[in-house]
Amino acid sequence: MIKVILPAHLRTLANVMRDVEVDVPEPVTQRTVLDALETSYPMLRGTIRDHVTQQRRPMVRFFACERDLSHEEPDAPLPDEVAAGKEPYWIVGAMSGG
Amino acid sequence: MSGVRVLVGTRKGAFILTSDESRKEWDVTGPLFAGWEMYHLKGSPVDPNRLYASQTSDWFGQTMQRSDDGGKTWEPIGNQFTYQGEAGTHQWYDGTQHPWEFARVWHLEPSLTDPDTVYAGVEDAALFKSTDAGQTWHELSGLREHSSGHLWQPGAGGLCLHTIIIDPTDENRLFVAISAAGSFRSDDGGQNWTPINHGLKSEWELPDSDAEVGHCVHNLAMHPSRPDVLFMQKHWDVMRTDDGGDNWREVSGNLPSDFGFPIEVHAHEPETIYVVPIKSDSEHFPPDGKLRVYRSRTGGDEWEALTNGLPQEDCYVNVLRDAMAVDTLDSCGVYFGTTGGQVYASSDSGDNWAPIVRDLPAVMSVEVQTLS
Repeated sequence: MIKVILPAHLRTLANVMRDVEVDVPEPVTQRTVLDALETSYPMLRGTIRDHVTQQRRPMVRFFACERDLSHEEPDAPLPDEVAAGKEPYWIVGAMSGG
Repeated sequence: MSGVRVLVGTRKGAFILTSDESRKEWDVTGPLFAGWEMYHLKGSPVDPNRLYASQTSDWFGQTMQRSDDGGKTWEPIGNQFTYQGEAGTHQWYDGTQHPWEFARVWHLEPSLTDPDTVYAGVEDAALFKSTDAGQTWHELSGLREHSSGHLWQPGAGGLCLHTIIIDPTDENRLFVAISAAGSFRSDDGGQNWTPINHGLKSEWELPDSDAEVGHCVHNLAMHPSRPDVLFMQKHWDVMRTDDGGDNWREVSGNLPSDFGFPIEVHAHEPETIYVVPIKSDSEHFPPDGKLRVYRSRTGGDEWEALTNGLPQEDCYVNVLRDAMAVDTLDSCGVYFGTTGGQVYASSDSGDNWAPIVRDLPAVMSVEVQTLS
């Protein structure tokens, strides 16, 4: 199981606690994790990726293992620690303010 | 016993304000959807427990909510708004052509006869319809594909379709308004559209002041008993038409400023209308720091200031286009919300006002349901 941490607004929308676990078939990539997340929580469709293009929304970031994966290819393998369920995959609202 | 339910959308969540018919004591519920921008909430006239809400975020985009129990519980519904076919382009701020891009839902208009049917006005300007209680949405693309579409340009708030009015005598007759494109009418349920802007003049905004499209219409209002009479708050100018939008004439009369955003019609007096004058397009606050609703009992031209209970000094809030509404109780109630977070109510057609709440986030929309 892959651990996914959602930002507060999406936890509220999905009516979940901080950590979500999703079953992701191999290979474990950002695309397959997000596909599994959206299958389990369909109300999240369109809030992380565009409905049609599947592109990351501009003010959403993806972190794992202290790395920013936001600009990685969606089909690139996620770090082994994430695939093994030892480290979470973070979906983050981009820092914004002043 | 009858009462009212006021649905308030704010920059940081939604609130539901309820009272009995006296409208003196209020219960405040909220924030609902805390932290989200709630552009608009509106109830079905057929089933008052059926509410629709537009919930949006710069981070996470558009989501939609529906309640089937008057706002006690909510569930997310369909949030996919995809333009039909080739989206095409419209005019951008710099005069170039820019692709149509969905941003958010500004306004929801439930059907007058079917609680599962609801229209959504969106940015970039288009009209969507759902016939399955909001689970799926399809575009009525004849509007966006109108031959003038490439000339439409965003106002300061974006290229938004913010007003939808359904003719109560013929549900196939629809009126919409777009900033900054103007007003349009469909006589066939939204398949085909006609610009209805003849008589509008925008000397300071358009090179051709009486162009067919391009006018920054801020809001429209209709009394259900007279579907051919519409009132308009334009960027500047308050207007009326008596022929379903074919011709408009200015009725700003003695207003201290004819700039503003909302316009409403009294529930029982079709010639009684309300506006909230704002100083100018560059100073979005009331003239002289006095928050005044203006009422005309003559369908325009002659206006009186309504000030009892409203701040008459040092007030610099705005009232946005969807932030005013009326109830249908015997003594008509009038309500409006401000960008300062106040929601004011009058239970006597505007003669006297009192705040229901004073310190909400900036109010974006106010709708009222009269409950029996």
